[in-house]
Amino acid sequence: MAKMWINMGPQHPMTHGLWNLRVEVDGETITDAEPVIGYLHRGWEKMVEDRHYPQIIPMADRLCYGSSFTWSHVYCLAAEDLMGVEVPERAKYIRVMSDELQRIGSHLMWLAAIGPDLGNLTIFLYAMRERELFMDLFQSLCGARMTYNFPRIGGVRNDAPPNWERDLVRTLDYFEKRMDEYEDLVDRNSVFRMRMVDLAPLSAKDAINLGVTGPSLRGSGVKYDVRHNDPYEIYDELDWHMCVRDEGDVYARYRVRMDEMRMSVQIVRECLKKMPKSGPIRVKPPRTAPVGTGMARMEDPRGESLMYIIGDGTDKPFRLKVRSPFFVTLSASPVMLRSYKVADVPSIMGMLDVCMGETDR
Amino acid sequence: MYLDLWQLLAGLVHWLMVDIIGPIFGWLSFHGIEGWLTRPETLYFITVILVVLIVFVVGMLVSITLIWQERKMLGRFMDRRGTQTGPIGLFQNFADALKTLQKEIIVPANADKLIYNAAPVIIIGTSLFLMATIPYSEGFYASDSDLSLILTFAIFSIVPFGVLLGGWASNNKYTLIGGMRAAAQLISYEIPMLLSVVSVVILAGSLSLNDIVWYQQAHIWLFIPLIIGFIVFLIAMVAEVERIPFDLPEAEAELVEGWGTEYGGLRFGLIMMSEYARGFIGSALATLLFLGGWDGPFKGIVPDGLWFLAKVFIVFGIFIWMRAALPRVRTDQILAIGWKKLLPLAVVNIFIAILFKTAGWF
Repeated sequence: MAKMWINMGPQHPMTHGLWNLRVEVDGETITDAEPVIGYLHRGWEKMVEDRHYPQIIPMADRLCYGSSFTWSHVYCLAAEDLMGVEVPERAKYIRVMSDELQRIGSHLMWLAAIGPDLGNLTIFLYAMRERELFMDLFQSLCGARMTYNFPRIGGVRNDAPPNWERDLVRTLDYFEKRMDEYEDLVDRNSVFRMRMVDLAPLSAKDAINLGVTGPSLRGSGVKYDVRHNDPYEIYDELDWHMCVRDEGDVYARYRVRMDEMRMSVQIVRECLKKMPKSGPIRVKPPRTAPVGTGMARMEDPRGESLMYIIGDGTDKPFRLKVRSPFFVTLSASPVMLRSYKVADVPSIMGMLDVCMGETDR
Repeated sequence: MYLDLWQLLAGLVHWLMVDIIGPIFGWLSFHGIEGWLTRPETLYFITVILVVLIVFVVGMLVSITLIWQERKMLGRFMDRRGTQTGPIGLFQNFADALKTLQKEIIVPANADKLIYNAAPVIIIGTSLFLMATIPYSEGFYASDSDLSLILTFAIFSIVPFGVLLGGWASNNKYTLIGGMRAAAQLISYEIPMLLSVVSVVILAGSLSLNDIVWYQQAHIWLFIPLIIGFIVFLIAMVAEVERIPFDLPEAEAELVEGWGTEYGGLRFGLIMMSEYARGFIGSALATLLFLGGWDGPFKGIVPDGLWFLAKVFIVFGIFIWMRAALPRVRTDQILAIGWKKLLPLAVVNIFIAILFKTAGWF
């Protein structure tokens, strides 16, 4: 068979969003690949230039439908850096806990998505079932289930409701039991392992050169986690460790994410212990930002997210630049896909945790 | 205890034609028609048509029930309730059929029209034709040929041809890859499947499905001595009926709907139904060849056909369980499993069968 280009997307079950992966195949073997993005471009960075600083928070929520909290959080961190606002201690803990809950929710959605990618619907429904619990926690915390609009410049919108901590502990206990179930279903299943082990290994050097961050980078054996290397909020006070695997293949990326979910549970438990029982949760930020720049980066579920704000002395940002982790990870996909089979495309791409909202912006 | 379909319908037709309709025509003095209607050849012809119709309808009803069983069982495996349309979800299939009926039939502009239209006919026709060779009980069958086993597998292996043609004629890259995969996969799994069947034939000494079941009734259910062959047969059958974990030809994650991407509306509905018909035939063959067919305890009280159907549902339940627990395997892996694992196992199984036969144990 002659070589041919296949469009996987923009409307395709593999894409998890609106993008196009063009692959050149020779029979079943991929010889080249080319991701095409831009189908979901909304002009986000331009849009926010016409919004007041507090108005950008709900906009940042909409950057990623899977992990909206981390995006509004990183925006608030950048704006606080620009305005020089100090966040109260309790608000920091609430933010970090929400971050980790969001990370679990986002990873659960990734776990749900790789199920159909690999051809198994059971894991999809199991993961979505548990994600529901974390959505419920967020709902009782801030009233919304998907786009929370919860962090504020200088704190969070409201304190945790009564009984929230009790529900949280119960959910975490239940979730840890369920994690064992997932590992029974996936790790101890030889067909799952057959599909993932030794697939698309990415060496540490390649991963660094291509700018891959997050679980995909740690799956390649690079010890880099913004929470650890450049701690924000209270991460340096907590007792936790990075989840790293050396193999660099798809299974390693899978394992890193699964380990991170357990680690997030541990972080939330520790936060519950160390959190000040009462205190202010919010300080009032200035309405206008000074002339200058503010930058914040944090560990998104998909990698390192960064926001860079230039303030011009008015109540609107002059420029807001977003560094989206998956946008960079996507550029590594041709390297990973080459010489593998067409059937591996969903498992390789799905394991990177696709999110198009933040990629196209 | 069984229902002799042929005897019953022959008696029914004889009574209807010779005793009621024939005399009416005679009374109206149409003696030519009366003479023609009461001829034994005519009676036999009408009986054959009725038998075929009944066996076909029963086969289709069982296939539809298998779809329902899959929806409900898969739902339970996935911690949900499955379909709820109608009482315990029984109406879902009919609703689906009505929906596919209403859809417009679209033929791709650049498709090879003749072959594109012929491929579903080949697939659906051969799948439904298989109903004719399956006996449900000692007296409930459409045909009892001495070579019914050979006939069944001969028809069974036409489908990859239709899949390849349909995938190629659709003029779409996904369907082309899906069709090629189907051809590679089905051809490579035919061999271990047939080899595991050969061991059954060696022990039973017959190529007739009825004879094989009678042999098992007299001696032993063949999955006990031929457990390796049974497992090989089940795995190869999953690949033959294109179910997860071997549903590569229609791998929906990467190939949208595989070779069937361009088939919509009623064609899609019928192709999907014929897949379940093939699933029914596959479970029925596993039942007949290895699990003793309609043999079972309480033979005087429980009708034979019920034992047969119960075993079919159990075997199909194993298929559903596989679907709930396993992901899809890859193209090279599926061929490696077929040629490097199942084929040697099937050959070993034949040696075991020959050993038992020469030793005269079974």
